[in-house]
Parts: sequence; structure tokens; C-alpha cells
Amino acid sequence: MTQAVLKLSDVGYHWPGRSAFALHVADLTVSKGETVLLLGESGSGKSTLLSLICGTILPDQGSVSVAGTNVTTLSGAARDKLRAEQIGVIFQQFNLLPFGTVSDNIMLPLRFAPERRKRAGDAATEVENLCTALGLPRSVIHAKANALSVGQQQRVAVARALIGQPPLIIADEPTSALDANSQAAFLDLLFTQTAAHDTSLLMVSHDPRLGERFDRVIRMEDIAVIERAGE
Amino acid sequence: MILRLAFASLFARALTVGMTTLAIALSVALFLGVEKVRTGAKASFADTISGTDLIVGARSGSVQLLLYSVFRIGNATNNVTWESYLDIAARPDVDWIVPISLGDSHRQFRVMGTSQAFFEHYRYRQGRQLQVADGVIMDDLFDTVIGADVAATLGYNVDDPIIVAHGLASFSEHKDQPFRVSGILEKTGTPVDRTVIVSMEAIEAIHVDWQSGAQIPGRSTPADVIREMDLVPQAVTAALVGVESPLQTFALQRAINEYSQEPLLAILPGVALQELWGIVGIAETALLAVSAMVVVTALIGMMATIFSSLNERRREMAIYRAMGARPRTILSMLVLEATVIAALGALLGVVFLYIGLAITQPILDSSFGLWLPIEAPTMREVWVIIGVVAAGAIVSLVPAIRAYRMSVADGMMVNT
Repeated sequence: MTQAVLKLSDVGYHWPGRSAFALHVADLTVSKGETVLLLGESGSGKSTLLSLICGTILPDQGSVSVAGTNVTTLSGAARDKLRAEQIGVIFQQFNLLPFGTVSDNIMLPLRFAPERRKRAGDAATEVENLCTALGLPRSVIHAKANALSVGQQQRVAVARALIGQPPLIIADEPTSALDANSQAAFLDLLFTQTAAHDTSLLMVSHDPRLGERFDRVIRMEDIAVIERAGE
Repeated sequence: MILRLAFASLFARALTVGMTTLAIALSVALFLGVEKVRTGAKASFADTISGTDLIVGARSGSVQLLLYSVFRIGNATNNVTWESYLDIAARPDVDWIVPISLGDSHRQFRVMGTSQAFFEHYRYRQGRQLQVADGVIMDDLFDTVIGADVAATLGYNVDDPIIVAHGLASFSEHKDQPFRVSGILEKTGTPVDRTVIVSMEAIEAIHVDWQSGAQIPGRSTPADVIREMDLVPQAVTAALVGVESPLQTFALQRAINEYSQEPLLAILPGVALQELWGIVGIAETALLAVSAMVVVTALIGMMATIFSSLNERRREMAIYRAMGARPRTILSMLVLEATVIAALGALLGVVFLYIGLAITQPILDSSFGLWLPIEAPTMREVWVIIGVVAAGAIVSLVPAIRAYRMSVADGMMVNT
């Protein structure tokens, strides 16, 4: 059996202030090296699920386990550290600190994750390698992030998620700001990199056409139940 | 690296950060400037008279005596008789004594009768002596030496005639005995600048034909006749006294205060000045309080700026959080940012202060006699700067705590 990088079981979460509104996930597992596409419309609880996985919110019941560590038993600071060490996060857009250089942005998670920093070895070299692998010209490394095109910014975000090889990458609609051609090129790069490092990928999208490239496609409505008042 | 990013973030908002820094800088410069003027004014005030050990006058209050004898404000309730004056002058512990006779005026300026000894013994600003800018010290009965402000205001030059009016703001003038300006004194920043100085004998001379404050009708003694008269003063308004040895000051003061022939009062100028400063000092304390409020306003302005930046920086904070930053890190970054702004503002304020001092120092000295020394910041000023930076850090806690709460609630998900 392959090792589970991410495992949620019997997770329940009540939104604070809305007692009759709750999310329940019976089981979600992502194995090592697996690429999973999580399909869901907006309002399906995707963001909440990602926050639970990343440990910025805690479930009311059940367990969330990342790289073998149960997130729910950790303190806030320890959850932040676990996220820094084990998870690379890519947002839809505006991933980067606009005033920082590309290199600053890529190295940012290492600042909060000493283990990951060790794994990365010489951070500057690693930044160069990642940029080369992701097709970013060397000249941009010391450019300000806001000088880059959207497509380039998303690739910098990938480099940042990959640096120090965290076992799990969480991507929240990373291609939604890109046109069709760029989307395909972006996914090519992402898959090449995750495959090269045997990294697990959990990508959230509303676009089912992306599904064929993933090992597995999960629909939000199949794993999660949203309870609303009166239903 | 976080530090570098925090600075890069500040730099990216250079305009608002610059404005906030400027506001703090100006408020700090204002506060320190007021503080400088305050201490400078206090020092200048205390320097109005120096080198004089005792001021002697008719018995009244010490502040009143100081006011009319040195500042030419208000009037003496009584005079000191010439006999008493001579008695004091004859005492062995008296090194020198300068008579002062007040009561007449020229235009809006007071006329003071005194002796040559005044120019010799009157000292201001740590022992400086009066200097004649133009002309000479009076050597004729009808000569006068005028202060710098008198000359500047009335446009007088050496050899111009002056007519002295009897009493203050009076219409009866001593027209028979016009005076001649023999010298103009250099600016001192003391009440001497606004004084018309004549000899004691001259005061007697102009009152030859006068009795009980009015001219005796039909009498007008020619000047050359007056010159022949024995012009012994009847009384003095006050006297400045220097003692042989400082140790004798208190004994002499006591002896004068207990003088049996006439009720007299001897005061220590320094003590009376302090007493007077205690009265006028309230205004400067109010001024200081107002400028402190300006500093507080600038800091609140900074707090408001940070507050309003929070919304647009939600994304920035979410990125930090997603990368594993703790909410506490977000909080410390904002406090650090505020501290940097406050520190920059305070330092810039000090720079503004010194630039301002360098520009205004000669102007203040020549037009107000206010000497503001340019010197390294005092401990008090250093504490002000430290206080501003600390206060900046403290007020920034308010938006920082809000950012902390926001980053806990938002986590890494900001859908904006």
C-alpha cells in the first residue's frame, strides 16, 4: 500500500456564527506521488476544505493528517510550521508579494520551514534550477514580481510551491487566470515537476476538462456534504 | 529576509509612508523646536540681568521690584531716598552700586536715569557688557544713550534731539530741556533695548521747574542756568548692588531689609527671576502641551494609515500565512513597520530641527534677543525621540491586532 500524504476521515466543520451550516467529509485520501483533481463549483466548500487541510482552521470532529502528522492535535503555531514544511500552496492568482523579487518570493516558505530549507540545499542555486526547469529566464530572478506577466507569475508560484520538495502541493484553480494555451503549458510544467520529485498534487478546479491529465478526479459533492438549515 | 521584504513593502508604498513619516517628522521638529525655544527663552530671561548681587528698592514685592527695575514694567510704589542710597553705598561690603531713576518716558519708551556705573556693571547673558554701537556714552548733562529698539523704532541717529515727557503716556513734555542722542547701544535682547538712558542729574534738571507733577506756571529756567545748579538727586527708584564677596550677599540683603530709617527691600535677582518665570512659565507649558498634541495627532495619523492599508494588504498577509507564517509574525511585521516609520520620522524631525535652528538662529537673536544654541541633543531630547518611537510602536498595536485577527479568520483564503 502506498503511503498517504493526505488523509481526512470523518471531518466535520461548523462555520462559526452559522450553526446550522456545516461541512462534512467522510474520507479523502491522496497517496504519495498521486495527482488528484477536486472538482467543485463555488460555494461547494472547496475553500473551507483547503483551509482544513492547511490547518488554518480546525475541524470540530474527525482527523486531518498531512504527511503522517495529525493536524487536529497540533497547536496553531505547530500547524503553521507543518504547513510551511509539508505543503506548497498555489493560489488562483496574485500569488506573489509584488514588492519582492522573484527570488525573494520563491524562497519565502523556506523562511518558515527550517527542514525544508535544509532539503533545498543552497537556496540560490535551487531557485535558479527551478526557474530553468519552469522556463523562466534567468534575468527575471532578481526582477520585482510585479514586473512579470501573469503566466510568469504563476510559474514563479509553482517554483515557490516546489522549493525544498514538500510532499504535497495544493493548487487552488491555478490556471483560471490563464488563457487556454498557457493553461496547457502551465499544467505540462506542473506535472513534469511533480512527477520528477514524486510530489502529490491536489488541485481544485471547476473545470472538468482538465480531468483527463490527473490520476484521479473527485467531485466535491461525492466526498463532502454541506448541511444547511432546514434541509 | 522577512525584514528585507518588510522594507520592500514599505518602499512599495513610498508615497503614503513618506507622507506619514513627514507628518511625524514635522511634529517632532515642532515639539523639539518649542522645547528649544522654551529653554532658550528661559535662559535668555534668566540672562536679562547677571552679575548683580542685589536689587534694592522701596518695600513692595520681589517680583514687582524686579519688574519695574529690570523689565521696566509697572511702577514703583515708592522711591528710596538719596540718603538711604548713600548709606547703602557707604557700607564696606558694597563693592559697587548703580542708581536707577524711573518715571519719565519718551514716546512709548521709558526713560531711565542712572550713573556711568550702569554701563560698567550692568551685565546680561552670562556676563556680557553693554556696548555702544554708534556714538559715545553720554558726557553732557543733556546727553542720552538709547537702546537698539528705541533707535530702530523711532529712526534716531546720533545727535538727534529728544524731548522727554513727564510721567508715562503723558502729554506734558519737558520741552524746555531737549536732549541729544549721544550714543546708541547694541542689541542685547534685554529691556535695555527699549530704554532711553540719561544721567541722574539730567532727571533732576528736567524737573527743576516742576512741582507735584506739573510745571510751575511761567517758570522756565534756561539750560545754561540749570547747568550751574547743584543737581543732587532727591531719590532713586531702585539700585543695583554688587557685593565685595558673594558670601556677604545674604548678610547685606538682611541688613537692607532691616534698615531702620526707611522700609526697603533687597532681592536676589536670580531668585526673583525664577519666581517671575513661575508665573509666565505657564504659557510655555501650554505651548509644549499643544506641540505634544501635534505629535500625538501625527502618530494617530500613522495608525489610521496602517488601518486603511490593511484591506489592500489582505492578499499580502494571506500569502505570508499560506507560506507558513504565524499570525504573530504578521502582527510583528506591522509593529516593526510602524516603529520604522516613527523612527525615520523622529530622526528626520531632528534633522529638520537643526536645519531650522541654523536658519533662524541669527534672525531670532537679532530681532528677539533669543539665543538658541546649536548643540548635540540633550538627554531630554533623546528621551523625546525614544518616546515617539515607542509610542509609534504602541499605537500600531491597534491595527496590528486587527491584522492578527484578520489573518486568523482569513487564513490563506482571501477571495478578492
